[in-house]
Amino acid sequence: MSHPRIDWRLIADWVPKNTKVLDLGCGDGELLAYLSQERQTQGLGLEIEHAAIEACVKRGISVIEHNLNHGLERFSDQSQDTLVMTHALQMIKRPDRLLQEMLRIGRQAIITLPNFGHWSHRLHLLYKGRMPVSHSLPHPWYATPNIHLCTLRDFELLCEQMRITLLDKHFLNAKNRSSWASQQWPNLFCGQAIYRITKETST
Amino acid sequence: MAAAEPIPQPDDSLPPTAKSVGAVKSELMHFNGPLRLTSGTGLPEYDLMVETYGQLNPQKTNAILICHALTGNHHAAGYYQDSTERPGWWDEFIGPGKPIDTDQFFVVSLNNLGGCSGSSGPLSINPLTGKAYGPTFPMVTVTDWVNTQAQLADRLGIECWAAVIGGSLGGMQTLEWSIRYPDRLKHAVIIASAPKLSPQNIAFNEVARQCILRDPEFKEGHYLEHQAYPKDGLTQARMLGHITYLSNAGMNTKFGRRTSTQYLDYRLSPEFEVERYLHHQGERFCGRFDANTYLLMTKALDYFDPAAQFQNDLSACVEQAKANFLVLAFSSDWRFSPDRSVELVDALITAGKGVTYACIESDAGHDAFLLPIPRYVNLLSSYLKVVSKDIL
Repeated sequence: MSHPRIDWRLIADWVPKNTKVLDLGCGDGELLAYLSQERQTQGLGLEIEHAAIEACVKRGISVIEHNLNHGLERFSDQSQDTLVMTHALQMIKRPDRLLQEMLRIGRQAIITLPNFGHWSHRLHLLYKGRMPVSHSLPHPWYATPNIHLCTLRDFELLCEQMRITLLDKHFLNAKNRSSWASQQWPNLFCGQAIYRITKETST
Repeated sequence: MAAAEPIPQPDDSLPPTAKSVGAVKSELMHFNGPLRLTSGTGLPEYDLMVETYGQLNPQKTNAILICHALTGNHHAAGYYQDSTERPGWWDEFIGPGKPIDTDQFFVVSLNNLGGCSGSSGPLSINPLTGKAYGPTFPMVTVTDWVNTQAQLADRLGIECWAAVIGGSLGGMQTLEWSIRYPDRLKHAVIIASAPKLSPQNIAFNEVARQCILRDPEFKEGHYLEHQAYPKDGLTQARMLGHITYLSNAGMNTKFGRRTSTQYLDYRLSPEFEVERYLHHQGERFCGRFDANTYLLMTKALDYFDPAAQFQNDLSACVEQAKANFLVLAFSSDWRFSPDRSVELVDALITAGKGVTYACIESDAGHDAFLLPIPRYVNLLSSYLKVVSKDIL
C-alpha cells in the first residue's frame, strides 16, 4: 500500500527490507508502523513527548522515552541499519554532534529538513525585516522548538566538513511535492529536503 | 521537546466503566515434590495459595500472571465475602475495564513459596517433623519462585502467558521468566524494578534483617515454639522499609513537619506526623506478616542477579528472551531508581529485543507502582490492549 505522504514513500524506498530502524523523535510512531508494514523492518522509536509515547504504545510500536539532547551513548557502534530523523534535527542543541553519533550507530541515516533558504523566507526577512513565520515554520522566534534552522547549502557544507557522504537526496517543494524548480534550484525552491547519508566509504 | 508536564495527580484516571472483580475466593493448590531449590536443598511437597480473576479462554492463551513484591500476596484484586479487609493490593489495576482487564484476560495471582499468606513457608507444618518449619524453611530464590509458578501454569493448562507482570521484586520474577522460560510468555511488564540490587539496597535489607535477628523475642527463628514474637524487630524493619519506599518530596507533601499536638512535648515520644505514620505502618505490618518470611524474601531480593552467570553481561543474559518488554519507572523512586530500569532497557536494546520504556513523573517514590497515576494507568492499559488484540 503506498502512503499518501510522498516523503515517507521516498524514505521507505531507501530502507532495506528486514532491517533495523531507529527513529529519532519518532512522534506517534506512524512512520515506523509504515516502514514495518512496507519493508518488514524491526523498528524502535525515541521520543520525549508523553502523548506521542502513548500513541506509539497504542500502535504496538516499541518506543523509549529519551531526550535526544542527552546523546545516544546507550546505542553501540553500528548496532542499527538505518537511523531516521524527520523534521527534528533543527530542534537539537548540537545537531553536528548528533549527526556524528547517528552515523556511529547506524550504517546509514535518513534525515528530512525544512529549508530555511526557501525564497519565501528570504523575502519575508528582506521585506518585513522579521523572522520568517510560515506554514512549515509556524512558531514565533521566541517560542520555536526549531532552534537550529539551516539552509540546504548549510547542511551540505556541514556534511562535507564532517566527511559525511551524501548518498541520495530528494527535494520537495513547499507543498511537499516534487517539482522542476525545487530540483533545479533546491536552495531557493525546496521546502523539505530528504537526505540519505553515511560515513562508510562504500555503500 | 516540551518542558516536563505537571506532576499527574492520582484522580479520575480510571474509566467510569471500570469495576471491581467483586467477591473472590482463594484456592490452596498442592504440588507433589520433590522440589529442587537453588540453594541445593529441597522440599518433599509444597502448597501455593492462588487467586484467579476473569475467564480462561478455550485456547488458554489469555492468561496473565501477576508476580508480587516483597510483602505482597495472592490477594491482588477484589474482596472476600463478609470481610472488612481492604480490597486486594492491586485492586485499582485489575478488574473489568481496568488496565489489566478481566473482561479480556484470565489473571492469576499467587503467594510465593516461603510466604506467609497460605503458601508453604516458615509457618507451614514440615511433613517430616510434624512441626512448623520456622527458620528451617529452606532459602528460596527468584528462580525457585519462577520454577514453582511454571508448575502452577502447567496445572492450569497454560502453555504460554499472554503477559507476566510484576512491580519491584515482582519485576525481577518477570525478568527471570523471560530468561528462564522464553517460550512461555509473550510479554513481560517490568515496573519499578532492577536487574539486580545495588549495594545500597542490600545494605537497607541487612539493617532490616538485623532489626529482626537482634530482637530477643526472635529466639533464633523459633519464636512460635516459645510463644514469642519479634514484634519490635519486625516493626523497625518495616519502618525502615517505608522510608525507602517514599521520596523526600512525597514526605514533605504528605507530612511536612506537622505534629499531632499544637505544642512540642520536649519528650521522646513520637510527635511528628511522619513518626506516627511509620509507627502505624510498622505495627499494622506485624499483624499480618511473619518475621522468618521477611528474612527469606529480603534475601531472595539480594541474591537476584541473572547476569552473574553471563560474566555480568546483562545483554548476553537477556539474549535468550523472546518476549516483548514494557519497562516502567517512576521519577522519584530512589529504592529502584529509573537508572536501574534504564540499565535493563539498554541491555534489551543491545540484545535487539522489542522494548518500550517510560519514566512516569510522580513524587510517591517506590510506592508509586501501586498507585493509579493517570499516565501510568494509560500506558499500561494501552499496552495491554495491544496484547489482548494479539491473543488468538
